[in-house]
Amino acid sequence: MPVITYRQALNETLRQEMHRDPNVMLMGEEIGVFEGSYKVTAGLLQEFGAKRVLDTPIAEEGFVGMAAGAAMIGLRPVVEIMTINFSLLAIDQMVNHAAKIHYMFGGQAKVPMVLRTPGGGGVQLAATHSQNFEVWYAYVPGLKVVAPSTPHDARGLLRSAIRDDDPVVFLENLALYNTKGDVPDEADDGDYTIPIGKATIARAGSDLTLIAYSRMAVLAMDIARRLEAEEGLSIEVIDLRSLRPLDRPTIIESVKKTGRAVVIEEGWLTYGIGAEIAATIQEHAFDYLDAPVKRVAGVEVPLPYAKVLERAALPNDKHLIKAIREALYGTRS
Amino acid sequence: MTKTANVEPATLSLAVSNDPVENTAYITDFSNDDPAELRSIYRMMLLTRRFEERTGEMYTKAKIGGYCHLNLGEEATVVGLMSALKPEDYIFTNYREHGYILARGVEPGRIMAELFGKDTGVSRGRGGSMHLFDIERHFMGGYAIVGGQIPLATGVAFALRYHEQPGVVICQMGDGTTNIGAWHESLNMAKLYKLPIIFYVVNNGYGMGLKVENGSAEPELYRKGCAFRMHGERVNGKDPIAVRNAVQRLRLMAQDDGEPAILEAVSYRFRGHSVVDPARYRDEEEVRRGREDDPVLRFAQNLLDAGILTDEIMKTMAEAIEQEVAAAIDFANSSPDPQIEDLFTYMYASPVANMPGPEDALEAARIARGEF
Repeated sequence: MPVITYRQALNETLRQEMHRDPNVMLMGEEIGVFEGSYKVTAGLLQEFGAKRVLDTPIAEEGFVGMAAGAAMIGLRPVVEIMTINFSLLAIDQMVNHAAKIHYMFGGQAKVPMVLRTPGGGGVQLAATHSQNFEVWYAYVPGLKVVAPSTPHDARGLLRSAIRDDDPVVFLENLALYNTKGDVPDEADDGDYTIPIGKATIARAGSDLTLIAYSRMAVLAMDIARRLEAEEGLSIEVIDLRSLRPLDRPTIIESVKKTGRAVVIEEGWLTYGIGAEIAATIQEHAFDYLDAPVKRVAGVEVPLPYAKVLERAALPNDKHLIKAIREALYGTRS
Repeated sequence: MTKTANVEPATLSLAVSNDPVENTAYITDFSNDDPAELRSIYRMMLLTRRFEERTGEMYTKAKIGGYCHLNLGEEATVVGLMSALKPEDYIFTNYREHGYILARGVEPGRIMAELFGKDTGVSRGRGGSMHLFDIERHFMGGYAIVGGQIPLATGVAFALRYHEQPGVVICQMGDGTTNIGAWHESLNMAKLYKLPIIFYVVNNGYGMGLKVENGSAEPELYRKGCAFRMHGERVNGKDPIAVRNAVQRLRLMAQDDGEPAILEAVSYRFRGHSVVDPARYRDEEEVRRGREDDPVLRFAQNLLDAGILTDEIMKTMAEAIEQEVAAAIDFANSSPDPQIEDLFTYMYASPVANMPGPEDALEAARIARGEF
């Protein structure tokens, strides 16, 4: 199986989908001549031309709405927002329009668009450039939100998102672009897709369920492997893959088996994804729990610039190991 | 230190500006027009008038919920525009849109049924007064977030250009909408990408209660395209023929030359912003003048003078319209409510795992019936 980066997986999938369907086109700031702030769209302008790789002005609300409108009569725009922080400028078009059009007009128009955007912090971009707003979108019925953690999943979910007839927010992460992973051979399973709305058990285990998505799923897998090697722990890792719809059955079944759960996210704790998952577990698997559900999340502060402060504010291996120990052995006071 | 600017708000005349379109008089020379078309324009204005009057009545009888905004006084603005459109054109509007969808040829009964929240409504009872839609007639929706429709309409124009399809997009909005960011962003892109779109601004003098000149530093709204080198015109929105002629001209520019434009139609709403607004912010004299110049009556008189209408035709027409609107109300009244079992129907176009489905809707229906 070839090993490629997350960035390559996205780039190749965009290229393949544009070859497959002439209605698929890209728009966003600096995605053409500049090849994308994070080079995800490198080479695509040369290959497909300016009609299908559209450099837009700095006008997030305008071009996200333009994509939604174009989708209403059959285009399948894949929009890049440079980072999720800037997507707030377009949130009216996503939440009040793209998410509503199919339902509010009685199913008469579809909005098959994808909004690709990276979140995440850790590279000293400070408070306005390091945030995680996927939960804002995951809150909204009518949107679908996916958050792949590996090149394999990035490819399969991007295909599903582009071929889906609803608006899909496709969450990337700045720290994942250079990560590498296996993808199937073209000849083997070149056109695989990953279903939206389904989580995956990335690693089976029996002592505790660890739930994560995007970059935190990578961290979760590292820690699960480490604790197995060092302490003989058997940790089941659920990679959510989709934040809306949320795959509650997979989470509930796993926790019924292990009796313990830790959920980790890069965003802030209060009202976060972890809150939703903890609530789901207590509603549906309360009698199976041997310990309270532990949540690991970002410290609730505008992310500071200084390295030492930034490190203290972002969830890392230490926070996660501490939470796992508390879920397994109780809180030491 | 705070400085207070000592500037009088510019007064905006409801008369038509001389620049760049010189046309202050009502068009009364109909020699180049098909009389049947003129009669049909008048008929649609009258239908809009009557439909809206009865809608206001139905609202006060609590048959209609939520917000409800009427086109009373704007009939020429509405019908003049719509009479210039081709079937291949698309139209987006704001939330004051009953007349536009009527004039697009959608059955009045299905529109009234939507206002009543019925399953037979144009949006199947999911949208209401502010969210009317008909995909077959390219009526792409009433939008209730001010300015939300502008990027969407620009997007349909983009898709038309992408596929090299004929037709243009009309993006209708009120005067206050020209102050929102989405307006500026969309105009910029429309001009940049040479999109076939007309931004149709209905200037009725007020946002809700805010006068145009107190909300827009450039109160001559058709000039607001200058930053994008976009052509703009102002037209007398009380004259359906002036409006129609302007739209026909700009339509061709947009379609054939990729020249988008702003068309500002100066209009006047006879009532408040919405059905429940007593409009105390307008002075009596202004309202009297505004209503005195009634676009429906004036057009009728002009057609009578030209021999295109007769008292008899008008009488027959008025009776037929009375019945048509009454039938629409009957249809809405007798139509079924949407089923609670369909609560989640239409939520997603592509079904996926773990989305709410029929079982969740049945559960909602059971709870609504108190079965728990």
